[in-house]
Amino acid sequence: MRADEPLPDLEAFRSEVRSFLRENLPHDIRERVKRGCNDFTTAELRDWMAVLAHRGGWSCPNWPAEHGGPGWSHAQKYIFEREYALNHCPKLPNGGSAMLGPTLMHYGTREQKNRFLPDILTGKTFWAQGYSEPNAGSDLASLKCRADRDGNHYVINGSKIWTTGAHTSQWLFGLFRTDSSGRKQQGITFLMIKLSSPGITVRPLPMFEGSDELAEVFFDDVRVPVDQCVGEEHDGWNVSKYLLSLERFGAAHIGTTTARLDRVKELAATTPVGEASLLDDPVFANKLAQAEIELRALDVTEQRFLLGSSGAEAAMLKIRGTEVQQMVMELLVEVAGVHAQLAPDTGQEDRPRHAPAGAEYAAHGYFHFRKTPIWGGSNEIMRNIIAKAVLGL
Amino acid sequence: MRVDASDFELTEEQRLFGESVARFLEQEYPFEKRARIVAGEPGFLDEHWRQFAELGWLGLAIPERYGGLGGGAGDVAVLMEQIGRGLLASPLLTSNVLAAGALVASGDRALCDEILPSTAAGETRLALAYAEPQARYDPFDVATSARRDGEHWRIDGSKIVVGFANCADQLIVSARTAGDRRDRGGISLFLVDPGSPGIDAHHYHTHDGGRASDLAFEAAEAVALIGREGGGLAPLEHALDFASLAVAAEACGAMWAVYEQTLAYIKTREQFGVPIGSFQAIQHRMVDVFMRCELARSMVHDAVAAWGRGDRAEMARAVSAARVNIGNGARLVGEEGIQLHGAIAMTDEVSIGHYLKRITMINASFGDPAWHLARYAGLMREQSGNSGNGDENASK
Repeated sequence: MRADEPLPDLEAFRSEVRSFLRENLPHDIRERVKRGCNDFTTAELRDWMAVLAHRGGWSCPNWPAEHGGPGWSHAQKYIFEREYALNHCPKLPNGGSAMLGPTLMHYGTREQKNRFLPDILTGKTFWAQGYSEPNAGSDLASLKCRADRDGNHYVINGSKIWTTGAHTSQWLFGLFRTDSSGRKQQGITFLMIKLSSPGITVRPLPMFEGSDELAEVFFDDVRVPVDQCVGEEHDGWNVSKYLLSLERFGAAHIGTTTARLDRVKELAATTPVGEASLLDDPVFANKLAQAEIELRALDVTEQRFLLGSSGAEAAMLKIRGTEVQQMVMELLVEVAGVHAQLAPDTGQEDRPRHAPAGAEYAAHGYFHFRKTPIWGGSNEIMRNIIAKAVLGL
Repeated sequence: MRVDASDFELTEEQRLFGESVARFLEQEYPFEKRARIVAGEPGFLDEHWRQFAELGWLGLAIPERYGGLGGGAGDVAVLMEQIGRGLLASPLLTSNVLAAGALVASGDRALCDEILPSTAAGETRLALAYAEPQARYDPFDVATSARRDGEHWRIDGSKIVVGFANCADQLIVSARTAGDRRDRGGISLFLVDPGSPGIDAHHYHTHDGGRASDLAFEAAEAVALIGREGGGLAPLEHALDFASLAVAAEACGAMWAVYEQTLAYIKTREQFGVPIGSFQAIQHRMVDVFMRCELARSMVHDAVAAWGRGDRAEMARAVSAARVNIGNGARLVGEEGIQLHGAIAMTDEVSIGHYLKRITMINASFGDPAWHLARYAGLMREQSGNSGNGDENASK
């Protein structure tokens, strides 16, 4: 795996991406992202996704051309991810584009691909991921939510939890128990379910810092046609493992962390301390430098992994990416100073006059991103994976 | 920002060279033999030094026009990584990388012609005397002075912890020819014969089997001014940055050696009837060691790539970033190597502790991680100040 494009072409590509994003991203969205807000309506996200899709499948940057994606090289994806974040574009729901889409491309039937991929690409359908259950978190394979075969349908009973975006999505893909007789990894089936199906109840789970992206999903005799099974029945564990192996690109979220670090610098340079700025304060400057160095090490490591190795890179990038992300979130709180105390629900009219832009999102973001070392396989599980797969322990 | 595979891949030639260095050190410098060699004077074998010359190691960093091989930063990193793995103690770094590098960077072609061919051939050893008692790691903090005395220059002052000056044939000495103690201007480099009258040398051992010396100069006569009067700091800093890159690669090699030995150990050492590597507490610590090693390798590649591109500020940033990340990572890996081995690693006969010794000496050379962090922060502020608007900065 290598980046074969000569450098000038990549520079032209970068300019093309940058100009398009700058010219087409609505100004108010850009400003809100820059301030640290990540609370957008489904309509706003869908409209933006449609703009990207129309440009040539940019809504699904990892997709090959044959499925309507841009068909980019790794180098181009890398550049797009960075430019997307550095130009303050909002994080899009990626259950369809990054998770289900590639899974369908590999395991899906022709009918499934034709039925589901186009609507993912245009942003018409948002997908939620139904994996975790109240008693199946890190030990995911012990999941119990049942799918019993009844003719040409599965009948689902049980519940899923920590389901990001279940209340803003139209469909859910997930893992369901179709057989309990063998090893717990066997007898799991990967199904796609319409969230408006009779028998489904979605209950939002407000997070402690005030955002509402999580939900619980309850299934009560929900009937799902068998043609919505992906891969073989009982083989869902392998289907989901394939997905995990794909996720290494962007697992470290370097683009968004870089944009936030730049924001820290910008704010620190305009925050007075004595006769100088916070950026001139050696204690703060050293912490900032440390974060930038760790981010740089991660960035180079991601590029090195992308350009040619295999193994448990995704796990390492996830661990280190979330660690560095949290270092930067902590710096955003520190730079906000006393204004870190402002809650994000302060209305514009009540907003204290002296508060720097985005101060109300500093601690909010810090609280919110405590989630990343937990989700997507906790960092402890990631260490288990590396210990087993790379270290041979 | 780059996306270029060549930044991360060794050439076939580099790969073969690295393997040959590893083979030589495994055969000629095994750990037990090393203990005997570093205990004797001058801390290495003349026979090895001659072999290093024949193998091209001594001329690797020296340009071809001065009798060297003209290797790049990537070649030197390959050599140093293996030296780190093999725990080789010798004047190669301080003489043929650091001091020779300062001479090359000075642009003094006549002196380079005179000295470097025999340096590359292993016949002349150099030592660079720049550090001073009050200066910590700042190479511009120079109290040593040089004054004209007829045709000659005479040097007064004190230099400390000069690597392998015990066996140096020529010294390169930084001294102030103008300005105040911490001025960046007014520093010059001189070639000095270590046997000259007026030099009092005190030689001692370092923890890692190396040698160092404190040198007191009292109206000592210099052989020659190197390069331009007052133009000494730039070549000195250039050479120190290159030496920093070299020890970053060396530390990276030491880290991987500790990782491999420790991993092998926890797979075989049994307690409670099972290998201790089956315990999650041990596994997670070992994974952290592994990740630090991977990050270190990335930072060596990054510094080498920046060196190749030649932008001075970016080179300094990349080198200091590498020294911070690798310095902290290497310390953690060395410490964890001991902890995961347990008591056996506290014994002199096991190499793990000796790796921590070398790592600790590296971290006290050419700037410690805290010094490099502060320098990086300073460069970061300059960059922020220059770019004005944060967005432009962000999309560099």
